[in-house]
Amino acid sequence: MSTTLPALARAGKLADSELPPPRDLTSRPSRSDGVFRVVAVGAGVVTVGIMLAVGVFLSLRAVDAVQVAGLSFLFEQEWSPETQVFGIAAVLFGTVTIALIAMVVAVPLALGTALLISEVAQGRLKSTLVTLVDLMAAVPSVVFGLWGVFFLQASVIPVATWISTYFGWIPFLKVGDESGLPLTDASAFTSSAFIAGIVVGLMVVPTQTSVMREAFSQTPAGEREAAFALGSTRWGMIRSVVLPFGRGGIIGGIMLGLGRALGETIAVYMIISPIFSINWQVLKTGSNSVSALIALRYGEASEFALSALMAAGLVLFLITLVVNFTASSIVARSRSGAESEA
Amino acid sequence: MMSITLDRESLHTQAPSTSIPSTEGIDVGPRRRLRSVRVEDRFNLIGAAASGLAMAVLLFGWIAPLSGAVGLGVVAYLSFLGVYALLVSLTADRQEVADRLMTVLLASAGIMLFSSLTFVVAFTLIRGREALPNVNFFVESMELAGPLDDLDTGGIAHAIIGTLIQTGIALAITIPLGVVTALFLNEIGGRFARFVRTIADAMTALPSIVAGLFVYAAIIVLITQQRSGFAAAMAITVMMLPIVIRASDVVLRLVAGNLREASYALGATRWRTVWHVVLPTARSGLVTAVILGTARGIGETSPVLLTSGVTSVVNVNPFEGPMISLPLQVFDFVRSPEPNMIARGFGSAAVLLLLVLTLFVLARVIGGRGAGELSPRQRRAASDASRRDALRISKAGGTPPADIATSPSTTTAPSLTEEAP
Repeated sequence: MSTTLPALARAGKLADSELPPPRDLTSRPSRSDGVFRVVAVGAGVVTVGIMLAVGVFLSLRAVDAVQVAGLSFLFEQEWSPETQVFGIAAVLFGTVTIALIAMVVAVPLALGTALLISEVAQGRLKSTLVTLVDLMAAVPSVVFGLWGVFFLQASVIPVATWISTYFGWIPFLKVGDESGLPLTDASAFTSSAFIAGIVVGLMVVPTQTSVMREAFSQTPAGEREAAFALGSTRWGMIRSVVLPFGRGGIIGGIMLGLGRALGETIAVYMIISPIFSINWQVLKTGSNSVSALIALRYGEASEFALSALMAAGLVLFLITLVVNFTASSIVARSRSGAESEA
Repeated sequence: MMSITLDRESLHTQAPSTSIPSTEGIDVGPRRRLRSVRVEDRFNLIGAAASGLAMAVLLFGWIAPLSGAVGLGVVAYLSFLGVYALLVSLTADRQEVADRLMTVLLASAGIMLFSSLTFVVAFTLIRGREALPNVNFFVESMELAGPLDDLDTGGIAHAIIGTLIQTGIALAITIPLGVVTALFLNEIGGRFARFVRTIADAMTALPSIVAGLFVYAAIIVLITQQRSGFAAAMAITVMMLPIVIRASDVVLRLVAGNLREASYALGATRWRTVWHVVLPTARSGLVTAVILGTARGIGETSPVLLTSGVTSVVNVNPFEGPMISLPLQVFDFVRSPEPNMIARGFGSAAVLLLLVLTLFVLARVIGGRGAGELSPRQRRAASDASRRDALRISKAGGTPPADIATSPSTTTAPSLTEEAP
């Protein structure tokens, strides 16, 4: 049956009268299909509508404030929209500081744990650890905030004091007053960006761990075995096969965690004591973040002040957006992410 | 495949038989243990740990004026690493020393992470034990209880009710909208679908406080003029929707294409295929996606902070008046300096945490299997159904049923799911 009817017809072996009429290859969708299509496209439109509404509304309202402030919106440290003097330099600096400290805490833990789960742990232990990591990602941030306020603040002060005493010669680890004299009393250390960063770091570790583990677990078994067959130890195999293969996953995971850390509100808000100036001394009490600023000031805000807050929120959103998209494109372009669904 | 079999055949023609050397007279030695811990390794670890601890204690108590529990831990750990490397290097080369050290480092990263996260959870539960044993904590509101009252008056019933109502409204919007959008992305597709997917991905980056600010400015300031449970539910919806869309999208993509094609080949329409093949196959995964989204939504504090308002009375009307939820109640309790209020805050946090853990365990139980994998019971039901169908079809066709009808009680009737390896 390799020759089809039309082929036979073309060869003149079949008379035209014997040929069945050509079938219509396009089919009219049934009514249920039509309804399904309309409903599904409608859901897509509604979703996009909601999402775009958020973006457009924020941008429109933010324009008022940005027009008044102009370029100084990016460089002003004060926040008093009532007197038309406001800018996000200080809060943005605080946000980035806290997020970077969080990364310093989170990345080694996440990388180590992801390698532990994918390369060292076996069998039951492995699946238990995977479940635990997923579970930790669902713990509400207010619970982390409670822990930070009622446990970590008190117990981290000796560490912060020690660091500032012995590493105070590094500018940003120094804790001093305006005249440069070192401060040593506990109250100078209680509500610093350092403590907030540790708490936020712990919050984002599970996210990073699961992205990295996903990438590592896709390493081709053949390449692993090749490394072992060449006499490599396990660490040698990890270094020469798993880490290069999962590089995209590592970077992507770090950036996804960074995106979450930048947007984190409630734990930061509970821990820091807000100030509106750039504080280079990360161990010293007083920091701020964009999200904490919004939580702090939305209540008493006038129409104009609200628009200023929206501008700040929009800047934060744009930053997290860029970070997230960079992360997902890095993951998608890497070898390990080519087939993954994340 | 083809070329391999050909090669084998040609090999066979050249060397017609494979000769296996005789094993007679050759001693079979003891089986080598490939994966085990030698006694030496174990002693290396124990010895290094002991000497690390001893060194730290010596340094702290005697030689150097160091102090603090954290410092002790750090010094003990560092000296443990040093001694361990030394011990391993007595019998092994540089590569193996690096391997052992890195294994220890990886394990310590894991132990550190899991112990600190367990500690965060346990800390909340333990501090919450003061408030939790009181029954009134779950059935009363804070309406008649002041900050100075003991823990046997007042409770968080209003916050629990608020959480349930707000999450309920959010779910009523999120589940249909999210799942249908995910269906749109997977089953219909096209350029618009790609655009929707990009937008949904972008929205997962939306900081929760900005979502709250949006609802505050767009709904509360412009329309309702008051904070309400509904506004809070809207804020939670904006947060949850992208999570549910993304998770359902991933689950639906895992539905095997040949199932869809089989359905189309049998003449089913697109909608029939979705309803009878795609959705049932992905059911457990979809439920998991929704539950995980719920767990995230329930714990969101910052959007609710701006939108729901704080109250201490029970409010069951989401459209009128403030309605507090559990995370916000936690936040509100611990702002008070009174120890009893803080105890209540930890109690509420423990309740919230237990709620999230329950949801998570539920999601694991339901979604433990991948798309299309059936439990033994479901598999029996499916094979029974297909046997009934075969019987029905053969009756309608007038031909006597084949061996299927002769053994109606066996559970090994042919079915798609059982033939799969």
